[in-house]
Amino acid sequence: MIDFGYTLSKSGTLKIENLDDSRFKALHKLEPDAYKCINCGSCTASCSAGVFTELSLRKILLSLQRGEEKDYINQLQSCMLCGKCMLVCPRGINTRHLILSISKIYNTVDR
Amino acid sequence: MAKENVVVIGGGPCGIEVARNLRDLGYTPILLEQQSELGGHLRLWDRLFPEGVEARKVLKELTGDLKGVKWFTDVNIESIQKSRKGYTVNVDTGMSFQTKALVVTTGFKLFPAENKQEYGYNIYERVITNADLEQYFHTRKDPRIQNPKTIGFVHCVGSRDEKACNRQCSKVCCATAVKQASEIKELFPDAIVYCFYMDLRLFGRSYEDMYLTAQRKYGVRFIRGRVSEVSEDIDGKLFVKAEDTLLGKPMKMKLDLLVLMTGILPGDSTKQLSEMLKIQTGEDGFFTPRDTILEPCMAKDGGLFMAGTCTGPKTIPETLSEARAAAIQVHKYLSK
Ligand code: SF4
Ligand code: SF4
Ligand code: SF4
Repeated sequence: MIDFGYTLSKSGTLKIENLDDSRFKALHKLEPDAYKCINCGSCTASCSAGVFTELSLRKILLSLQRGEEKDYINQLQSCMLCGKCMLVCPRGINTRHLILSISKIYNTVDR
Repeated sequence: MAKENVVVIGGGPCGIEVARNLRDLGYTPILLEQQSELGGHLRLWDRLFPEGVEARKVLKELTGDLKGVKWFTDVNIESIQKSRKGYTVNVDTGMSFQTKALVVTTGFKLFPAENKQEYGYNIYERVITNADLEQYFHTRKDPRIQNPKTIGFVHCVGSRDEKACNRQCSKVCCATAVKQASEIKELFPDAIVYCFYMDLRLFGRSYEDMYLTAQRKYGVRFIRGRVSEVSEDIDGKLFVKAEDTLLGKPMKMKLDLLVLMTGILPGDSTKQLSEMLKIQTGEDGFFTPRDTILEPCMAKDGGLFMAGTCTGPKTIPETLSEARAAAIQVHKYLSK
């Protein structure tokens, strides 16, 4: 390949129709509430870790639904499983349990 | 020939309008109200969206023309007997009324804001409700409102919230918030006003114009994020946490005044009557009509009619239209 001295930047468009959602489907089986989020942001606003880190449960969940988890999934490592997000969620999602299931299916924890 | 009685339970705008229409159709309506005045929640409101018509003017129109309606305030329903001939309604003042058709217009109650403790109503000094603010617009007196410089409106308080045991949208509070945000900006032009919303539901004709005016004329700042909690500092300032979900950033801000947009729940007498009359209710506690599309004003039982917010959140014009529809249904039923 000839080196022209520049690279093409990656397309930023969301490839929603080629989405590989096999893992999200597996998550949905474990967590029927995984689709219930309305992106209200309460979890992120109240998150104990969110003040110091980038952690946003809302963004993680949305990125999983869109098959774009790569950039977000590592955020979960700062989660302290304090459960505050669960107290505030207006859709009554058991977020703590959901986080554990995400970790299991997306292998974010060493087993 | 003596005119036939028709009992209407609930003397808010809906019951009044049912009664007035039944009177025009040749009946003697008997309107029963629990409170000491007719008018329901309309008495507590200052102006109505979208044009800002005065609530008192509407109420005056409605109550100014009750000739031929027998109305009673301060009455509670003790019991109701159903027979083949219709209903016998017994009230606590010792009276009892016979009616072939019974109309229920028991309305709604506002979500008790103190039940949502994380928002601090009745705990923090400067947290008020939409109803408190209407009262203030009318009286201009409220010790909690002292020339606020920053004001926040919290949408969906007690609505769309599993934790508050109400999954449903109350429909009218988005429009009310936009209206009130503009009105308070009119009173305090220097204040910065925020609306914290999850979805803006401005569904009616020209409501979008109201939204545009709030943005363009009043500079109301709409933030797409639900307030998750509120705390108070030593000077009585409020700290509000939310996420600006469009920017994707959590935010914490200081406010001088917080207005909670409390939602619509079935009124207490709606519950009481559903037990007395075995009227079917949904999971949300509102009455379920015979057919939500074709027969929204009729109960399953023949002779029993319902209208207004006892079957779910509605605007005032919607309520009044339904009241007129119910009156015609009653007339059709009694003419058979
Ligand atoms: S459980 Fe994790 S995501 Fe939820 S509030 Fe606590 S730290 Fe944040
Ligand atoms: S609080 Fe619940 S509904 Fe709101 S963004 Fe978080 S998970 Fe979704
Ligand atoms: S009308 Fe708006 S504020 Fe009221 S419950 Fe619905 S979305 Fe929430």
